[in-house]
Amino acid sequence: MRRRSFFRVAGATVAASTLVLAGCGDDPKIEPTDTGTVISIGDGENGLLNYVYLLEQLEATFYQKIVDAKPAFLSAAELTAITDLRDHEVIHREFFKQLLGGNAIGTFEFNFSTLTLTTRTGVLEAARLLEDLGVAAYNGAAKLITTKNTLVLLGKIASVEARHAAFIHDLLGIDPFADVVAATGADAGLGPALTPAQVITAAAPFFLPYTIDVSGLPLA
Amino acid sequence: MNFFHILSEIEKTDPEVFERFDSRRQVFKHLTGFGKKMTAATLPLALTAIFNKAYAQTTSAPSVTDVLRFALKLEYLEAYFYNLALQGDGTIVVGSGTGNTAITPTQTTFRALFSATNLSSLTKIRTDENNHVNFLRTALASNVIPAPAVSDFDYTGGKGSGTGPFTGVFTNPAIFLAVAQSLEDTGVRAYKGGAPYLASNKDVLTAALNIHSVEARHAARLRTMRRAGAANNAASGVAANATNTSASPKSWISGQDGGGASPAQTAPIYAAGSLPAGTPAGITFPAEDNVVQGPNGTQPGVNLQTALASLNFPAAAFSEAFDEPLDVPTVSAIANTFVRNGATIF
Repeated sequence: MRRRSFFRVAGATVAASTLVLAGCGDDPKIEPTDTGTVISIGDGENGLLNYVYLLEQLEATFYQKIVDAKPAFLSAAELTAITDLRDHEVIHREFFKQLLGGNAIGTFEFNFSTLTLTTRTGVLEAARLLEDLGVAAYNGAAKLITTKNTLVLLGKIASVEARHAAFIHDLLGIDPFADVVAATGADAGLGPALTPAQVITAAAPFFLPYTIDVSGLPLA
Repeated sequence: MNFFHILSEIEKTDPEVFERFDSRRQVFKHLTGFGKKMTAATLPLALTAIFNKAYAQTTSAPSVTDVLRFALKLEYLEAYFYNLALQGDGTIVVGSGTGNTAITPTQTTFRALFSATNLSSLTKIRTDENNHVNFLRTALASNVIPAPAVSDFDYTGGKGSGTGPFTGVFTNPAIFLAVAQSLEDTGVRAYKGGAPYLASNKDVLTAALNIHSVEARHAARLRTMRRAGAANNAASGVAANATNTSASPKSWISGQDGGGASPAQTAPIYAAGSLPAGTPAGITFPAEDNVVQGPNGTQPGVNLQTALASLNFPAAAFSEAFDEPLDVPTVSAIANTFVRNGATIF
């Protein structure tokens, strides 16, 4: 059952229409009711950290899936590099989990049914989507952070995600800037920055059958 | 009480009083705004706040303008570099059809040494860096730093002699890519280090971190080129040499990368910075091989390599997963590698 495996949360509060996630541990899995498919990410700085924690979970789960499958269409060098990416994303995920402590949301499983993971191009295009989305998410989240330490912390990860994104473009033979960095106009030289709501909308298929509610996060 | 009278009185003893504010124009804008909603009772308090702010700047953290001006200097350094190598006389390309866009015979020869995809990326990087200069110039408006003379920079690292350790920088692709990677990796660390000082202006913060991510993409692309060679059109498929990431880097920074592309000159780009006065509490500038993350207030941070040992990941992964910020004095020293003696830019 996807629904059951999608989502393991410990200590979550199940409401009629909204799940507010809090705490973690080894409690039994929660199987939401039909009406309980909206998951709130929380509010304030912890909400923002949970938001990026969710994205890191998504990336780590994706790369883990590829590394486990060891598809023959990836060369040894490519698989080595993608294993590096898996390592980095798992480290990001575990770091945020530790940082959030008792405020961390639970561990998600994700729905990759919209991706084509049976071809080299399909895998790399999926990675490109996730990495570009991650960079845009960090670029958009920075101004919402109120703690300078946390701001620098997210910056430390954001540039690594940008390096990943460029590398995945390299593997695809696509220039890492042409489709990302504006060449003309007022934003020439800049890449995309997305709000949490925009990022969650773009990643929505990966959360199905659940939807993530980021309405509690700061907007500016 | 008359604001302007007070200011002119102060100016008699401190001619730079206006310069201590963001700019003369902004002072008057602020004062005009204050005047509308101020009563005689609150006025002395407001004045105190204004002057505290103005006179505290020299000893505390850099202002938003200071950070942007510093970023602009770094962008001049980068843009001139790509311009001199690939197209034009070094000067900034402004808009379309202006600036110097001619390609010299030397540049034509040099461009032919790169594969088609590599040259395509390099010309886009050049465009991006010129655009960063123009973006920052627009953002700074009257506080802009005039474009330095092209001759103020010596990309051989020779301090003006033109015969420094990177001699051949615009004729030998390997040397060019070594310097390019060094400049981009420096830029990433510099923007990251500047971010906390921009927190008061969210638009500027967002733009600066955005440029920061573009520089990181540049750095990764250049690292791929170095790994496989300038003429390799399928560079990405080549594995890094994990035991010599100085010569054959990953697309991300691994440990301190053995001191970078040319350790005698580039080691400081990956090493720890200093901790200048005014650095916000809790922010540090560790070397790129740092594995302790998340110190906050009284919390010491987590040694990820220890805490996550059960993952059995390679030790390098824990430093690779995080880039580190760098402080202004350290970045200035690095940038001065490429400034001629006698020129005061950084």
